[in-house]
Amino acid sequence: MTTPKRGPQTATAPRTAATPRPEAASKAGSRASFRRRALAALGDAQLRRAVRISVDEAGAARNQAVAQLVALAREGLVRGDFAAMRHRARDIKAETIGHLDLYLAQAAGAIRQRGGTVHFAAGAAEVGAIVRDIALTRGVTLAVKGKSMATEEVGLNAALESAGVQVVETDLGEYIIQLAGEKPSHIVAPAIHKSREEIADLLGRATGRSLPTDTPTLAGVARRVLREKFLQAGMGISGANFVVAETGTVCLVTNEGNGRLTTSAPSVHVAVVGIEKLVPSLEDLALFLSLLARSSTGQKISVYTHLITGPRGPGEADGPDELHVIFLDGGRSSILGTEFQDVLHCIRCGACLDQCPVYRQLGGHAYGGVYSGPIGAVLTPLLGGFAENADLPAEACSLCGACGEVCPSAIPLPDLILAHRRRMVREGRDHSGLGLPLRLAAAAWTRPWVYRASARLGRAVLRIARGTGFPGGAAAPATPAGPVSPAGPLAAWLNGRDLPPPASKTFHELWRERQQHGRDGQ
Amino acid sequence: MRVALFITCLNDIFMPRAGLGMVHILERLGIDVTFPDGHTCCGQPQWNSGYQAEAEALGRHFLDVFEGADYVVSPSGSCTAIVRHTYPEMFRDDPGRLAQARALAPRVYEFTEFLTEVLGTEDLGASLKGRAAYHASCHMTRMLGVTEPPLKLLRQVRGLDLVPLAHPELCCGFGGTFAVKSPELSVAMGDDKLEDVVSSGAKILVGADPSCLLHLQGRAQRRGLPLRVMHVAELLAEGAGLL
Repeated sequence: MTTPKRGPQTATAPRTAATPRPEAASKAGSRASFRRRALAALGDAQLRRAVRISVDEAGAARNQAVAQLVALAREGLVRGDFAAMRHRARDIKAETIGHLDLYLAQAAGAIRQRGGTVHFAAGAAEVGAIVRDIALTRGVTLAVKGKSMATEEVGLNAALESAGVQVVETDLGEYIIQLAGEKPSHIVAPAIHKSREEIADLLGRATGRSLPTDTPTLAGVARRVLREKFLQAGMGISGANFVVAETGTVCLVTNEGNGRLTTSAPSVHVAVVGIEKLVPSLEDLALFLSLLARSSTGQKISVYTHLITGPRGPGEADGPDELHVIFLDGGRSSILGTEFQDVLHCIRCGACLDQCPVYRQLGGHAYGGVYSGPIGAVLTPLLGGFAENADLPAEACSLCGACGEVCPSAIPLPDLILAHRRRMVREGRDHSGLGLPLRLAAAAWTRPWVYRASARLGRAVLRIARGTGFPGGAAAPATPAGPVSPAGPLAAWLNGRDLPPPASKTFHELWRERQQHGRDGQ
Repeated sequence: MRVALFITCLNDIFMPRAGLGMVHILERLGIDVTFPDGHTCCGQPQWNSGYQAEAEALGRHFLDVFEGADYVVSPSGSCTAIVRHTYPEMFRDDPGRLAQARALAPRVYEFTEFLTEVLGTEDLGASLKGRAAYHASCHMTRMLGVTEPPLKLLRQVRGLDLVPLAHPELCCGFGGTFAVKSPELSVAMGDDKLEDVVSSGAKILVGADPSCLLHLQGRAQRRGLPLRVMHVAELLAEGAGLL
């Protein structure tokens, strides 16, 4: 899934060496791990500044592109505005995902007819084995790779490297994080969290030189290094933004041109594609390309759009000798037919990340998975295990609704986050300490007199808590960096916030007095 | 015209002054205001935390308490959105309750929406000196679609200098139980909102959702920011000499 990439942000402050790195904390697999990773990210001022600059720019660009569409629609120059387009997109995706078996068979047939080879992989192990096998039987020792979330999902680089095949990322952002030994922190802009100083340092170490921090120099250095790799590589690995079922066309979208070189310079091209990436026809593809570019970068169309239909044919000048398309299930088929099916409509544009107020604070690593932001909070528990990841939908979302508003496939992300929370409660996995008070309140507050009594009691308790230094209440730091204490809801509130001056009477009491004594002088 | 108050549990306990302000304004406009004795909570905290059965119990109670009201008016955009949009979804498999929820939904209004859209009132003759920023809550904006009514009312307040925020679309970080499940994150988001308000030059932060205001007020107070946090009903009633 090579996506239209955004460059690294341009904040100038270096990362504070002393701050914990989020990816270090992500190894802790306990229930509280999102919160722990979030704490690490909140303590990293450079990361937060870098992420904020980038998502604000991307969000503004996307909003402007959508506003332009609305203006064009008003003049009758496009078929419907953004709202109309995304509803068509949702309908097309619902049709495709609803009949995925048929569209997969159609796509596989079309790819084979054009001389390509089709593989179906259940998960990470199968993808690794298939690609390793292709590489080893052809004596490949170096592979170049375009940006792809599916291969991140299955950890393909590690699988190949353990078999002696070196993999070099060719998307600039991916190359930077590969040098840093990290994971992408954004679906579209993987190095969103890096400053130019860090990038100059990483590229400098890779090339054994001391580099200035200006963009043309850094891009030029990367280009020279990568150009060599394109020429030497025996295999090119890519994802796919879309696969057109009727023609078997693998569609790749990039802004750097690395996608073309990756898929046509080496003699073997392997595309790893999530099974949900299908669109029925080329006409449908046009709609999705238009939505993808606008939603991820605010472009009308990405700089490069590659339509790859089969390997190099007789008499053709360009293209690989072999094309392999690996359709990855990776847990997707288990989502079919569930209340989460709409999540398979995702086209990986990253718009929900850019508009998410939680992502804006943390960046992507705090989510602990390949996918971050709202889509990560919904998808990671489905693909990576619910028990291990239930804290994402539970804790990484304030239900502000911004993601659902911008999704180009109209995925109801907030509703799906709520569905995860309901499942968490059903399975008894809510360890927040809020279950008991919420249950008690519900039981008691269907009886008005109990409600009124508990409101009065609650106020009295709060007044005491406010006056006397309740744990965490007196002078808690703005952003505590220490370990999370298993404190109650009230302590959690007081950790950083005061309680309001408690009203002397509830509205109920004031109302009753008013009814008894007439209407305060009116 | 009779209006039943849906004061919300948060306003009842923490911001009764906003509720009183609302009553005074409605009565000044000739409305017959009632407050059902059985009013408790709409069940939003349970619903948004995944406690479906518990939310439904409170939802059923709410529907019974407000059954037959001409209008239900609330000083919370978020809680209004629950009754108008979530109840029909919550009770979609319960025909009896669904009918009740659908009958109630079009009669539930957020306070400023009721004033401007139903009563056609924008100028309450209020005056209050100061520079104010309005915080648009997420649920009121995105679920309810109510954006202009509070601004229309505030623009008519004499002496009030209403300044725009740089990021009005960003969540303040309250988020219901999110505020205590992810307190550090919630506070960091609140800080961004407060920074936006402070750099706008506003000395008053006004909003139409008590929950956001409690969170922002609590944080502003902890940081010692010179900011007066007010509910829009409180500001309008005070400006009109009713509080």
